[in-house]
Amino acid sequence: MLGIYRKILTTGMLTEKFARHIKKPKQSAIEIREPEIDALGNTLKSTIDRRFAGSLHIRQVDAGSCNGCELEIHALNNVYYDIERFGVHFVASPRHADVLLVTGPVSRNMEEALRRTYEATANPKWVIAVGDCGACGGEFGVSYASCGAVSNVIPVDAVIPGCPPTPVDLMRGILDLFAKH
Amino acid sequence: MKETNKPFEDEKDRPGPLWRFFLELSTIGLDAQPVEPSPLSPAHLMDIKPKDWGRAAELARGQSWRWVAGWAEDEDSMVSVSVCVERQGCYMVLRTRTNSQSPSILSHTPYFASANRPERHMHDLFGIEFVNHTHPQRWTRHQAWDNETAPLRHTFPKEGHPPKQTPPDKDYPFFKAEGHGVYEIPVGPVHAGIIEPGHFRFHAVGETLLHLEERLGYVHKGMEKIAEGRTADSLARLAGRVSGDTTVGHAFAACLAMERAANIEVPLRASFIRGLMAERERVANHLWDMGMICNDVGFAFAYYQFGRLRELWLRDNQALFGHRLLMDRIIPGGVKFDVSTEAVNRMKDSFKGLRRELDQLITIIDQNSSLEDRLVTTGHLTLADAQTLGVLGYVGRSSGQTFDVRHDAPYPPYDQLEVKVPVEEQGDVASRFWVRYKETRVALKLMEKLLDKLPEGDIAIAWVNPKTGAEGFGVVEGWRGEILSYVRFGENGCISRYYPRDPSIVNWPALEKLVLGNIVPDFPVCNKSVNGSYSGNDL
Repeated sequence: MLGIYRKILTTGMLTEKFARHIKKPKQSAIEIREPEIDALGNTLKSTIDRRFAGSLHIRQVDAGSCNGCELEIHALNNVYYDIERFGVHFVASPRHADVLLVTGPVSRNMEEALRRTYEATANPKWVIAVGDCGACGGEFGVSYASCGAVSNVIPVDAVIPGCPPTPVDLMRGILDLFAKH
Repeated sequence: MKETNKPFEDEKDRPGPLWRFFLELSTIGLDAQPVEPSPLSPAHLMDIKPKDWGRAAELARGQSWRWVAGWAEDEDSMVSVSVCVERQGCYMVLRTRTNSQSPSILSHTPYFASANRPERHMHDLFGIEFVNHTHPQRWTRHQAWDNETAPLRHTFPKEGHPPKQTPPDKDYPFFKAEGHGVYEIPVGPVHAGIIEPGHFRFHAVGETLLHLEERLGYVHKGMEKIAEGRTADSLARLAGRVSGDTTVGHAFAACLAMERAANIEVPLRASFIRGLMAERERVANHLWDMGMICNDVGFAFAYYQFGRLRELWLRDNQALFGHRLLMDRIIPGGVKFDVSTEAVNRMKDSFKGLRRELDQLITIIDQNSSLEDRLVTTGHLTLADAQTLGVLGYVGRSSGQTFDVRHDAPYPPYDQLEVKVPVEEQGDVASRFWVRYKETRVALKLMEKLLDKLPEGDIAIAWVNPKTGAEGFGVVEGWRGEILSYVRFGENGCISRYYPRDPSIVNWPALEKLVLGNIVPDFPVCNKSVNGSYSGNDL
């Protein structure tokens, strides 16, 4: 138990802060800072505070992706990005969600499941298509097995291109959605 | 893999597994000839008559060959079916042909459990009937095309004839369990987390799992079809997206296959950099999985610590290779990115850092009795089941299976290195955790050796289009296990057939076995300990 405390204390706070003064964290391995997170996070937080009373709920739906986008969406929750501190929370049910974060291409075998997930989400709702495949079909396009872009199946409010988009791209994309809507 | 002119003998000129197979073939009166020289080198190719297809499998089973993969090919007037088997690092492809109007062939499922889903996949995409199949229901086909349609036949257009809206797949014949107190839990395809889609049907009594049936195929994107007509470069890109977490592994296997078809030799420096990236991919994924296994039993400390190490690793990938997941770094003929002296030093430093971190974390994890309580004996896969299913990678190596392509059938750069293969025999979630940990340490050591020995030279050789009809076969050890890649070129250097066999295809059925008798709430940790790819399985 003491070992756990010791490790936690020596690891320190690594979350890349959006406060004005940043103390450089102690780090044994090589570290590259993502300075953009600070500025982005600030804007994201104030938007979410204003529009969603401090908390934005996202339901992620993989509608046929290769899993690359999922890995980067997962990274949003690691200690460096810790997107939850800006009020963004990933939920387990579309019933709880404000935003659907959909990765594609939408495979035909997932088409109905995606449609039903969309219908199960309460209004008002927004859909963000993630990754090149979700945005335009990407490497897979439209075929006998794939519907291509997410917008071919459900209405899309914003897209985050990239193969896969980095965590910073994802944060920027979520922000872009509310700049537009 | 070792290229040898004496396919029937091993290194010490003793009769090899191929020789034994061939000898017994003729004694039981099967008329089969090896194709010499093999167009699929280093794998050997043997043409089998359709009537002998079942007996050939029976013989292979009797001699303990492992059923590796099966794929079909439309040859216009005929349909060919190829099955790859392996024994002691020797790969052999059995091939037969059936008529293209109503293709029908004996099933290998009575002899090899691992043939089950691949044969159903071939049925759904080529319309081949597998006689005596033990579970003949559809697999990859849901409702996007009908039973009479075979999307991978040449007459079928890439865009197909899909319905305006694909209906839900309602009438799949799931196994029914009945009895006092037995209930069903259907889960998916949309799961509760940030994870790929698939359907699981549980049967339970109280908390205990009696039965699990997987229903996959939801992320079938028609990869084999859209590979047709691509250039070599474009196929490498597609291969890098068979499964996003194995982008290096699949691109490596596909490029190896294409380069063998084109008969070009990749510069040694490029092979070393490929190996380096493959090991980096292994470490990134193992770090993540170790964190996730701990998280699934509520040990958040380890989840955040391993997540931190993974993020640093990915940022290094971005800084050193220009992509966090290393996508599109491997190209036909070599690699896209060179490794500078500065990068070599930087990587070596980061290995030291990671080792120190792992030492600290592993001490804490090892001493945590509540973690041990949740992981030890959970999700037990017996050695016998592992062998019958031919389970690969860390799942196999946690249940006593020693096979590792890097060790047993080495390819560049591993033919220049000694690869240590950690094996455990308890077969539980804890073993799968520890094998991952040990593999991470081995990978760090291998990377150090690769960096020390990194030869000078070019990082790519000019691509040459292979002649029409040229075939290629590539097998590499991805982070999940053995990845097989088959390619055939058509005219003008365009691909006419691509089949990638992700290790998940083999490992998914093991999950159905290892969860039995566990409690329902332990399913997530059991699933994570196997961590099959849905996309790599569904293609």
